[in-house]
Amino acid sequence: MNPSTSRIQVRPSAEREGRKDYISIRDYGFWYGQKKALDAISLDIPERQVVAFIGPSGCGKSTLLRNLNRMNDLVDGISHEGDITINGRSIYDPGLEVISLRRRVGMVFQKSNPFPKSVYENVVFALRVMGVRDRSILDEACETSLRKAALWDEVKDRLQDSALGLSGGQMQRLCIARAIANRPEILLMDEPCSALDPIATGKIEELIHELKEQFTIVIVTHSMQQAARVSDRTAFFYLGKQIEYDTTEKIFMNPSQAQTEAYISGRFG
Amino acid sequence: MASSSDSNTPRGEAWVWFTGLGLIIGLGMVIGLLSLVLVNGITVFWAPPVPVAQIDDGRTVIGQLAQRRIRAGSLANAPQYERQYQVGLRELNGNSYLWVDEAKVKTETFPADVLGLERVEHGPAFVRPQALRKSDGKVIPITDPAFESALQAEVSAAVVVREKFEEITRHRIGDVNREMDEARVALRRAEDLKLADEIPVLRRQIDGLEERFVLLKAEAQKVVNSGAVATLDSKDAAGRAVVIPLTQIVRAWFPNRLDTWGRTQLFASRLGEFIFHEPREANTEGGLMPAIFGTLVMTVFMSLLVTPFGVITAIYLREYAQNGPILRIVRISVNNLAGVPSIVFGVFGLGFFVYVLGGSIDQLFFSDQLKYNNNTPVFGTGGLLWCSLTLALMTLPVVIVATEEALSAVPRGMREASLASGASKWQTIRDILLPASAPGILTGVILAMARGAGEVAPLMLVGVVKLAPTLPFDTVAPFLHMDRKFMHLGFHVYDLGFQSPDSDAARPMVFATTLLLIALVVTLNIGAIWIRNRLRARFKGAAF
Ligand SMILES: Nc1ncnc2c1ncn2[C@@H]1O[C@H](COP(=O)(O)OP(=O)(O)O)[C@@H](O)[C@H]1O
Ligand SMILES: [Mg+2]
Repeated sequence: MNPSTSRIQVRPSAEREGRKDYISIRDYGFWYGQKKALDAISLDIPERQVVAFIGPSGCGKSTLLRNLNRMNDLVDGISHEGDITINGRSIYDPGLEVISLRRRVGMVFQKSNPFPKSVYENVVFALRVMGVRDRSILDEACETSLRKAALWDEVKDRLQDSALGLSGGQMQRLCIARAIANRPEILLMDEPCSALDPIATGKIEELIHELKEQFTIVIVTHSMQQAARVSDRTAFFYLGKQIEYDTTEKIFMNPSQAQTEAYISGRFG
Repeated sequence: MASSSDSNTPRGEAWVWFTGLGLIIGLGMVIGLLSLVLVNGITVFWAPPVPVAQIDDGRTVIGQLAQRRIRAGSLANAPQYERQYQVGLRELNGNSYLWVDEAKVKTETFPADVLGLERVEHGPAFVRPQALRKSDGKVIPITDPAFESALQAEVSAAVVVREKFEEITRHRIGDVNREMDEARVALRRAEDLKLADEIPVLRRQIDGLEERFVLLKAEAQKVVNSGAVATLDSKDAAGRAVVIPLTQIVRAWFPNRLDTWGRTQLFASRLGEFIFHEPREANTEGGLMPAIFGTLVMTVFMSLLVTPFGVITAIYLREYAQNGPILRIVRISVNNLAGVPSIVFGVFGLGFFVYVLGGSIDQLFFSDQLKYNNNTPVFGTGGLLWCSLTLALMTLPVVIVATEEALSAVPRGMREASLASGASKWQTIRDILLPASAPGILTGVILAMARGAGEVAPLMLVGVVKLAPTLPFDTVAPFLHMDRKFMHLGFHVYDLGFQSPDSDAARPMVFATTLLLIALVVTLNIGAIWIRNRLRARFKGAAF
């Protein structure tokens, strides 16, 4: 709510030096009404790494992801147990405003959802709602974010055109640019490539590689190859339970759980 | 049945016809209604040839054919017709219209010298002119080829005189009267409060106004006298001499001499008067400008009131209110509000808006006015503001429901994207949801406008009158007088159709007024639809 521009400044690097439990999920359970969607999840996500959530449909990947920025608060009748902390502070801390949490945790959705506004207004939306008026700051943020999202060259001449005129892949990269424009610390991506063709998917995967220099990224994906290509660590879920969580290499080369191996080798899911 | 499933005809084909039938019946009724109104409304202004009819019983009739119908009591297989002629000259004939058995009409001729006249008083007239006595004393007989041009010149001169007279009596004397009223109220107040230094000033002001009043009266009389000279000597159908002063004539035409172009010009001039002038003759003649204006202003005001109310309410219901039994009850109540008969809103408007709200406003801000002007209320009586408010209340559910639907139709992803970007709920509503649902909201406003513009019953209780002396808009501050009573097309139709002393004369005007009302509603709707489409285009393609 408070329109402080301080959030745009880069944080001191010391604070960002590879904290191993940057996001820490402890004994976390979650209910939609009576239905338990997550059960006893415990995992640590290190700073500036890419963590992939994999598992069959309905196993709770999106639910967990959407709890990291409390997007599930929109759903009626939810409840949880356990705790999630980001950089040591609980996201359920009553003193923490959901809005400020969401400003630190950007999100890219499965279905690209640009606003029916111009490309420019889409990208700077998060800054505008923070109260940034200064045109030069907005212009700069727009260009940097679009460059980071590898979209600048394609749209730099049509910044004032409607975002709804872009192609599917461009729209998704625009949504990424929008999510990183106010420089969040964490980027959540829920199957960001599921609706894209292989070329657009390739571009976004490259992007993830570059973005992890600056952001901690949690990505939900349906594609084993994608998880293997982009992530440092992988968590495998099944029926709301966390089956295995380890380095991606370990999960794919030498999983310790039989269920994980079965899923990865395509025997179910 | 068994065989039909084997045939190549797609099943369910019959339902296409059945459902199509519904559409056809609906369309048929709408088109029938519209063409009835259109034909009857437009032909009012058209001047057809006027026959001179010889009747069996020796009478002669000059008149425009108004209606033709099967005579009551005539046999179905051999119908006998009767004709209604508009003969005019009400002051002589007692009635403007005359029914004649068609079988009794011996001959019908169309002589070129039949003259049609629209007059300031006593309605129209159809006569055979003999001579024109001009203002300068010259007499031009009908046989003179210059007769027609001289007549038209005199009519135009008479129109100028009449307009001058109107200007003096309506506007300048009206202004003096208004100032006089204000000064008298101020004087009464000054006398009551014993404001010794103000009393003589006000007295002098009133004296000055009275002087001006007398002068204006004299001026008006002078204007009238200047035009009172020219007359038209004519004969009516029976051959009686009729002398018509030209000051009485609004329009003159030779219906049997006009070519199509002439008739078209006459048509345009009558239509123009209808739209841009004020009514004459108990509203059965002249124009409808005040009613058009009143309807328009009232409808626009109603929309301006109902839109913010409805949208804000819908935002609360859809975005903030907790789902639960209370919300459900509120929703049901809102929907039921849409089904309440409109007269109930009129009664509520009178009881609450006019008496309670208006009465309180008068007590608070116009207490002097009440005290020193015989308790004449300002806002405590029907007026434009209360009409707009009453109709706004009546159309509120339409806007609420439309806005709620529009809000819930915004894709979930857009709402989530906004919240995930760190926007607050209100920012999401203001920056994302409202722009995206603007077209849907406007659809609701269009429906509300259409309903409001055509509503009459509640307005009769809260401020619409048969004849408003002044428009709710003029050059005196604050320019728009929300407290004034006004005229309304819908009420005008009712008044003409059911309250008019001369129903035959009112009949064509009912159709013309209806046509105008429909045209006004359609125009308003087209305007709103145009705005909505622009918003849609912005939402779909270009940036906003
Ligand atoms: N809004 C919701 N309300 C109720 N149940 C939900 C909701 N969203 C998801 N679920 C349920 O929670 C479980 C986990 O769903 P989700 O997290 O979407 O799975 P995934 O993303 O792994 O496919 C599913 O059984 C699903 O039906
Ligand atoms: Mg999912």
